[in-house]
Amino acid sequence: MTTETTAPSTPRRRRFFSKSDKITLGFFIGVPTFLHVALVWFPALATMYLSFTYWTGIDISKIQWAGLANYENIFFNTPIFWDAMRVNTVWLLWFFFIATPLGILLAYQIDREIRGHKFYQSAYYLPVVLSLAVTGIIWNFLLRPDGFVNGLLGLPTSQAISFFGDDRYNIWVIMIMASWRHIGYIMLLYLAGLKAVDAALREAATIDGATEWQTFRKVVFPAMRPVNIIVLVITIIESLRAFDMVYIIYGSSGGLPILGVLVFNNIAGEGASMKGAAYAVILFLLTIVPIIAYLRQQFREDVK
Amino acid sequence: MTIEKSQDKKKKKLYAQDIKDRLISIFIGIFALLWIFPIAWTLWSSFRPYTEIMKNGVLSPPQELGLFNYEEAISRMELPTYFLNSALITIPAVFLTLLFGSLMAFVVTRYSFKFNVALLLLFTAGNLLPAQLVFIPVFKMYLALGDLVGDRRFLYDNHWGVVLIHVAFQMGFATFVLSSYMKTIPKEISESAMVDGANVFTHFFRVMLPLLRPPLASLAVLMTTWIYNDFFWALVLMSTDKKRPITSALGRLQGEFTTDYNLLAAGAMIAVIPTLIVFFVMRKQFVSGLTLGSTKG
Repeated sequence: MTTETTAPSTPRRRRFFSKSDKITLGFFIGVPTFLHVALVWFPALATMYLSFTYWTGIDISKIQWAGLANYENIFFNTPIFWDAMRVNTVWLLWFFFIATPLGILLAYQIDREIRGHKFYQSAYYLPVVLSLAVTGIIWNFLLRPDGFVNGLLGLPTSQAISFFGDDRYNIWVIMIMASWRHIGYIMLLYLAGLKAVDAALREAATIDGATEWQTFRKVVFPAMRPVNIIVLVITIIESLRAFDMVYIIYGSSGGLPILGVLVFNNIAGEGASMKGAAYAVILFLLTIVPIIAYLRQQFREDVK
Repeated sequence: MTIEKSQDKKKKKLYAQDIKDRLISIFIGIFALLWIFPIAWTLWSSFRPYTEIMKNGVLSPPQELGLFNYEEAISRMELPTYFLNSALITIPAVFLTLLFGSLMAFVVTRYSFKFNVALLLLFTAGNLLPAQLVFIPVFKMYLALGDLVGDRRFLYDNHWGVVLIHVAFQMGFATFVLSSYMKTIPKEISESAMVDGANVFTHFFRVMLPLLRPPLASLAVLMTTWIYNDFFWALVLMSTDKKRPITSALGRLQGEFTTDYNLLAAGAMIAVIPTLIVFFVMRKQFVSGLTLGSTKG
């Protein structure tokens, strides 16, 4: 680096590391980097490669190139894939247009310290610490044939509404359950963001005669850009990669087909085909745009 | 006169705002009660015998209330074993994640070398990859490594295998959060340590690590919640049910105890105790951990 002497940011003293310091530093970054690359990046790239192959998963020398066959199989010969895509799309739209805005609205009202805001905040935050597995079990208590809701409707077990089994209800029931957690999550993130917005900005807008909605839309919302991107990323990732809650209710039966369970069914267990790898790659590609947006946001200063 | 009038107007406006706020508060309050209802109902059910509900219906007034479901859940579901499994996975995983995360953040922010930003980017991006994308090769590698050392259960079906995958994934987030925190610590502290002749080891453990206490506490609480709540990895990387952590075991227990839902309620309530501690006692750390990544510094 020839610019070293002129750049003001470089330290004045040139450091010489002793041999032992060099070894220590090597260990400090070597061990974590090795672990991360070996268990995350290498497998991710390997899966991408495997998605273009036929392989029974036992003998590495028997991997055969398949071209796009696995993808063609999914797109043209697996109708359940499109069913799952439809459900995940509904999930995404629901989160984007209903659950996430509700979380933001809630954060906004709680941030104004309306009466009882401390209790409200806790109530909405409670589901966020629970696992999705427990969430599934808890809601099953309300919705199963001899559960609370059917009891409230006065339906005997034999005529009870099957909320999870009936196609008319199941997707909306799952949406409500997922939102139960998602709304609180978004509320927490947004609340922290709102606290960081300069109060003087808002006051200035109010003095200038802006209505509450105008102030939020034109002043607060743009000032929250970093949080907005994170909220967007979380909304997309959580809705497209959903797995736990649906799996705990339906198992691998596909009672409500979603991508996460479809991938799981194709990659777990014996006789895994590389169709599972192709599924996983599709799942990854669907979320790549928000991931890049997030990384650009976080690393904008560093790259400059 | 005019001043009075405008004050009157202001008062009216304030009054209208007050009413509006009250309405909003009531509305949000009703929803808040609805929000905690599912948990409250599960808790309520866990104190009642299931036979009573079968006979009299879900909404029947209770004749018998007690902790009997809890006693039975602990003994029949073998919950202590599953709790121990959760601890064997969560504690080492959180410890190693924080150690590796702070080491990475330390080197990346305190020593300048060519690949600083690239490494940080690699770790942060890695954290965002879906678990399913990584699973097949990890599974094969675990089996192959097991064959290599002569014990198929060396990593697969072993809690260390689950620990390692959690560490590898979560390290990305920890590194990112800790490095943005470390950037706010004045460089002079590091420089004076080096002038005093501290080697890298002392510099990290004696000088930097104590300064990282606040974000480490937040991350520890957040990571504990995430790893304890994980369902996927323990499900796919373990084949022996008795080795699974409680969150994954709940899935099987749900299938097994369909004849006694209230017993399952007690089991689920016991399983959420650690997360409830996070909710009641360490909420500050949890919330700030959650938002560490979103608001820089």
